[in-house]
Amino acid sequence: MYPSRLQSWNEKVFYFQQTYGTTECVLGPFMREIGMELSGARILVDCLKREGVEYIFGVNGGAAMPIFDALYDETEVKLIPMRHEQGASHAADGYARVTGKVGVALATSGPGATNLVTGIATAYMDSIPMVAITGQVLTDFIGSDAFQECDVIGVTRPICKHSYLIKSCDEVADVVAEAFHIASTGKPGPVIIDIAKDAQKNETLFQYPETVDIRSYKPQVDGDPAQIAKAAALIKEAKKPMLYAGGGVVLANASEELQELTLKTQIPITVTLMGLGAFPETHPLAMEMPGMHGSCCANYAFTDADLIVAIGARFDDRVTGDLDKFAPNAKKIHIDIDASCIGKNVPVDVPIVGDAKNVLTELNKLVDTADIDPWRNQIQEWKQKYPFEYEQKANKVMPQYVIEQIYEHYRDAIVVADVGQHQMWAAQYFKFTEPRQWLNSGGLGTMGFSLPAAIGAQLGCPDKTVVNINGDGSYIMTIQELVPAITMKLPLKIFIINNMYLGMVRQWQELFHNKRYSAVDYHDNPDFALLAQAFGATGLRVEHPEDVEPALLKAKGINDGPVVIDFIVDEDENVFPMVPAGAGLGDVIRGLS
Amino acid sequence: MSKEKRHIFSVLVENRFGVLARVAGLFSGRGFNIDSLNVAETHDESISQITLVTHGDAQIIEQIYQHLNRLIDVIEVTDLSTGTHVERELVLIKVATDDPQKRTEILQVAEVFRGRVIDMKPASLVLEITGDEGKLKAAIDIFSTYGIIELARTGKIAMMRGATK
Ligand SMILES: Cc1ncc(C[n+]2csc(CCOP(=O)(O)OP(=O)(O)O)c2C)c(N)n1
Ligand SMILES: [Mg+2]
Repeated sequence: MYPSRLQSWNEKVFYFQQTYGTTECVLGPFMREIGMELSGARILVDCLKREGVEYIFGVNGGAAMPIFDALYDETEVKLIPMRHEQGASHAADGYARVTGKVGVALATSGPGATNLVTGIATAYMDSIPMVAITGQVLTDFIGSDAFQECDVIGVTRPICKHSYLIKSCDEVADVVAEAFHIASTGKPGPVIIDIAKDAQKNETLFQYPETVDIRSYKPQVDGDPAQIAKAAALIKEAKKPMLYAGGGVVLANASEELQELTLKTQIPITVTLMGLGAFPETHPLAMEMPGMHGSCCANYAFTDADLIVAIGARFDDRVTGDLDKFAPNAKKIHIDIDASCIGKNVPVDVPIVGDAKNVLTELNKLVDTADIDPWRNQIQEWKQKYPFEYEQKANKVMPQYVIEQIYEHYRDAIVVADVGQHQMWAAQYFKFTEPRQWLNSGGLGTMGFSLPAAIGAQLGCPDKTVVNINGDGSYIMTIQELVPAITMKLPLKIFIINNMYLGMVRQWQELFHNKRYSAVDYHDNPDFALLAQAFGATGLRVEHPEDVEPALLKAKGINDGPVVIDFIVDEDENVFPMVPAGAGLGDVIRGLS
Repeated sequence: MSKEKRHIFSVLVENRFGVLARVAGLFSGRGFNIDSLNVAETHDESISQITLVTHGDAQIIEQIYQHLNRLIDVIEVTDLSTGTHVERELVLIKVATDDPQKRTEILQVAEVFRGRVIDMKPASLVLEITGDEGKLKAAIDIFSTYGIIELARTGKIAMMRGATK
């Protein structure tokens, strides 16, 4: 036993190091052996280590203080203090998107927890593995409207994969192990751990469960062989087949298998906004993304196809347009890990529930080159006839041109976009070739996502260049996260496509609201270059087309902290092609010509 | 559009805090209907059984089934309407019995429905009746004519016929 005079964790660690010559990472089981108890907060942090957590993004506060205290002298799990809890949840999300590992965010009770909510919902909509830990008021105070009390479990119920309220330190280890298992398996998603302050402080023996077995949770990863055979048969018969891949392929790390399927069958493929990079957009079979602002080629292909093979994609309304006019002639094969996704929006002929990687591996064994030359020629014709294009207006910095230049000079970078026109232009004009190279809030469409997500991405991939393509409206929603980026000297390239408007909304007002520009004029924003300098970052402003390239090159050379370039672009430019909300994909407005 | 049909789901869930809220939240959040809901512990105290009556077309019912299954705390979902099953509901009816003549009549009617008297006071009595939906509706209709003071029903519980679960 240990002397009872030892109070703090530090004293105990010191005592053990002196007495037993042990190091911290083996302390957990060791202490159990000798009957030493640890606080719930300490156990929590030890559990995070065992889950291989490198970073935890958080903002401190009363009900989470014991956890922050346990993280204070921790070296294996690094605490990244963010400036707003929304930033913490997006940073954890960005980290998870680039690494495929579980991102972890931490906040205090009440307002800390409610500030996390947007980031949790964002991760939920895009199926990102995340564990969000929130402090909760003392167990005895729960339900009494105590100071900073909020029913976090209630608030987050519809926007998380699962949630736990921990009222006793004895539950911590089991709950953390389950939470990480649930967040990262099956269809990934955020899991909330709400932990009462007394459960953080009270002490108990620590034992981490060796394995997790939840009787009510057994994701189905292998597809039914009979269904896979049916799919292969349909693929063989089809005259106008197309592959339609989504974010699920990225989440399942199934890009290689997808590429094999595409190359083996030589069937044209469209990859959604969430899946960009899962198949190289530079390949001749790639039709680029479908949907509201997708390529005409992909949308015409949907409308004409006789077979759609959907893989980890969910027939989102932004992809399908008017469902009654969507792919009227096509049979549908739908591969998804989430059975509830299949048949939700579109009737499916061959449903296959399973992990995309496993299912594609099996499917690839059964398919051959498709005999569909006329269809391939048709696709090539559309592709050539209707590329993404824009008009270069005299002396204007065209937003699309900026993206083209970014692509030119940052081809291998991880690109994190925000939400709006700039997001669509980035998706259209940057050609993604690798999975996890493109990050955006596709499902929830959360403005303010990108800067904190870029921080998480950079920490997750320290050797990569991370480019943040932001909008003037989105940037200012989480601009405060420039501070931790500067503190950590992260070499983020923050490129603002500044049209002085909530451009995407302005576009809809122009087209569908008689040009009544209600609450979209952002000319009163501060000078972002100067503001960056005030924060302590490099800030540049670009107003002329000829300055775009030099500025991008200059940014390349600045690697001791973030660079912010404020590109003052044409204010009136709209995103085309466009399928108006509710219209069929065939009714796409092409824009030019 | 396929036809709307009534379905009875038997849902086995972990007997844990918050599970009912997750199930109910799923229905309200996704706009599914709950016609009746019954929750109780099973013979295994770690498991609760939720019996849920809902309606919708085939696509909605499939969605309900899949979404219930997706909840982490849900162990098993069975759509009882896909096989032959038995279903029962229990209702307590308090009727006014202001004069002895009326009381006798009520007792006779109760007999027809195999109802049991579980409380009797000078001016009222409480009847317990079990049955399927049709029988309970008939009973309630008749007792309404005598004046129902209060009524409480359990919501349906149901089970597949035969030896299988
Ligand atoms: C948090 C949040 N609020 C509002 C919206 C609605 N919205 C969608 S795009 C957009 C405009 C974004 O403006 P900006 O970041 O400047 O990008 P732009 O469209 O101008 O490129 C708005 C307000 C949203 N998606 N997210
Ligand atoms: Mg803008």
